[in-house]
Amino acid sequence: MAEIRVQNLRKAFGAFVAVQDSNFVVEDGEFFVMLGPSGCGKTTTLRMIAGLELPTGGKILLGGEDVTMRRARERDIAFVFQLFALYPHMNVRKNIGFPLLAQGMPSAELRSRVEETAKLLRIDHLLDKSVSGLAGGDRQRVALGRAIVRRPKCFLMDEPLGTLDTEFRDLMVHELRELHNRIHATTVYVTHDQMEAMSMADKIAVMNHGVIEQFGTPREIYDRPATMFVADFIGSPPMNFLKFGGGLAKGAKEIVVQGAKVAVPEVREDVAPADMALGIRPEHIRFDDGSKLRGAIYGTEYLGTTQIVAVETADGIIKARVPAGIHLSPGEQVGLTLSSARLSLFEKGSGRAVRTAMHDQEARHG
Amino acid sequence: MSLTTAHSVVAPSANSKRIAGVIIVAYALISIVPLLWIFATSFKTPPDSIAYPPKIVFQPSLEGYCNLFTTRTRQTPEYINSLGPATGLCDETVRKRNMVIAGPSNFVPRFVNSLIIAFGSTFCAVFLGTLSAYGFSRFKVPLADDLLFFILSTRFMPPIAVAIPIYLMYRELGLSDTALGMILLYTAVNVSLAVWLLKGFIDEIPREYEEAAMIDGYTRLQAFWRTVLPQATTGIAATAIFCLIFAWNEYAFAALLTSGTAQTAPPFIPTIIGEGGQDWPAVAAGTTIFLVPILVFTILLRKQLLRGITFGAVRK
Repeated sequence: MAEIRVQNLRKAFGAFVAVQDSNFVVEDGEFFVMLGPSGCGKTTTLRMIAGLELPTGGKILLGGEDVTMRRARERDIAFVFQLFALYPHMNVRKNIGFPLLAQGMPSAELRSRVEETAKLLRIDHLLDKSVSGLAGGDRQRVALGRAIVRRPKCFLMDEPLGTLDTEFRDLMVHELRELHNRIHATTVYVTHDQMEAMSMADKIAVMNHGVIEQFGTPREIYDRPATMFVADFIGSPPMNFLKFGGGLAKGAKEIVVQGAKVAVPEVREDVAPADMALGIRPEHIRFDDGSKLRGAIYGTEYLGTTQIVAVETADGIIKARVPAGIHLSPGEQVGLTLSSARLSLFEKGSGRAVRTAMHDQEARHG
Repeated sequence: MSLTTAHSVVAPSANSKRIAGVIIVAYALISIVPLLWIFATSFKTPPDSIAYPPKIVFQPSLEGYCNLFTTRTRQTPEYINSLGPATGLCDETVRKRNMVIAGPSNFVPRFVNSLIIAFGSTFCAVFLGTLSAYGFSRFKVPLADDLLFFILSTRFMPPIAVAIPIYLMYRELGLSDTALGMILLYTAVNVSLAVWLLKGFIDEIPREYEEAAMIDGYTRLQAFWRTVLPQATTGIAATAIFCLIFAWNEYAFAALLTSGTAQTAPPFIPTIIGEGGQDWPAVAAGTTIFLVPILVFTILLRKQLLRGITFGAVRK
């Protein structure tokens, strides 16, 4: 196993820049997820780490070794493809053993390694079956088996659960995480599904238009989104934005939104007057008739323990997650109270988050 | 809705199945009649073969096959009687017509030529076609579209249109009447078909297979050999049949460019007629034997051929 270090990585296809100056470090044994909408450059980054694409600029270090321009087969990595890429003309045993065959491993050792791997993935009863008859989950396990059998420096996975049914996907998310906990392999996992990312990752990089918008733990990314894109992309429903104007002074603890004063985490930097946005997670909104910030109930979405309530405010619809027990009827006027300590402030033009007291914890975390 | 597309929407009715069955059987019968006629004629005696009205029921004879494989000379009955007893069935048959066997005919060497040239050129066309199709399918080839169009454009006119330049070139190069020359020629004609057919098949094989193999420690060539080729067998087999059928049946170039040592069966078979009257049974016998390799090859690969006709639309 090894650490992966990506420095100023860049990839252009003609005039189109797929990946722009990416920098990140995946620590040894870490489960790292690259998350973003399709076309954001996450798969291209992964393919450059794998050696399936050559970067236009920058460096890739695997376990301290510069592998930027090495061939895929010289990098000692394993790759799990979205479509699994199981060889249809070989049975399960041959598929799993295929990478070992390349190393010229003696057949007795190869056999025992394949069986050991199959046992780990609980597919030892399928070894002599043809891969074309397998169910989605088992195909996935065979693909994983082919990756782990070689004990490579790291695993790269490109949306490996993308083609599975939702039901199966949840199961495989747990299985993958459990597998990772057992073998502690450095893993880079690409997905567009935030639930997969949040539930599996040690670290997440959120990408958009070839740029890494934020790099951090799932908690950091959810609680302290670095940009409006991240705030909007993560969370279901996503973060609400209410616009407000004027600059911010260092030390400010209050802003004015739609004529109502809202307490916010203490601002840690001066911001020149510009269009600003207040970011509020749906679960950080409470209904409170005393509040000056008001809106009318637009609709509700019942989810069992909670409900998502759409509230029409002067600045458009925002969504609140409140306990399911509260009865609300459309058109009803409500006051909105926001959990001050959990609010984010953004500069609307750049989308950048303003540093506030909320970010102090980050510094303490190291 | 027309009968031909009905099956893709709903199951065909019993009536439409019956009509389809009748049409297919009728078409099959019409197609097979000439073949049966040739097969039957090859077992007739020369008088039976030109009898009028045509004989459906006749006494089978191997005279056609004897005449195909031998050359014979006409002798006086006295001379034939002075010979010892007939040494075999053919000897006996030809003596009845006041002939003796002078030696083997050229049919076997011509047939062997056909085998060498047809299979040789098929192998070359498929080999080159597979590699180029793979290249066009997987790599950014400069001017790929233009090159592919150029390759296709070699089939815009019938190959025989360039017969005269090729005849002159081959004479200069010393390739006239050589197996190598014919293999090169048929390869050149077939390779465009092979590239286009195979590119379709290879395009459909996801490149993840090779990428997976290359990550797993194989070189590109090994990855091609171990993952792409096994999955392209259907396409390769279908392409091989098409190439083989063309090369096997080709008459015009063979007649023009080969006359002796490299002559193939198609231009040879008609020459049988001239030897000692209109020997239809011998011609029919030659044609029957000529059909066998293609028949065997096609039956062996009929599944692939069927898929090949749909141009890779149905895979696996």
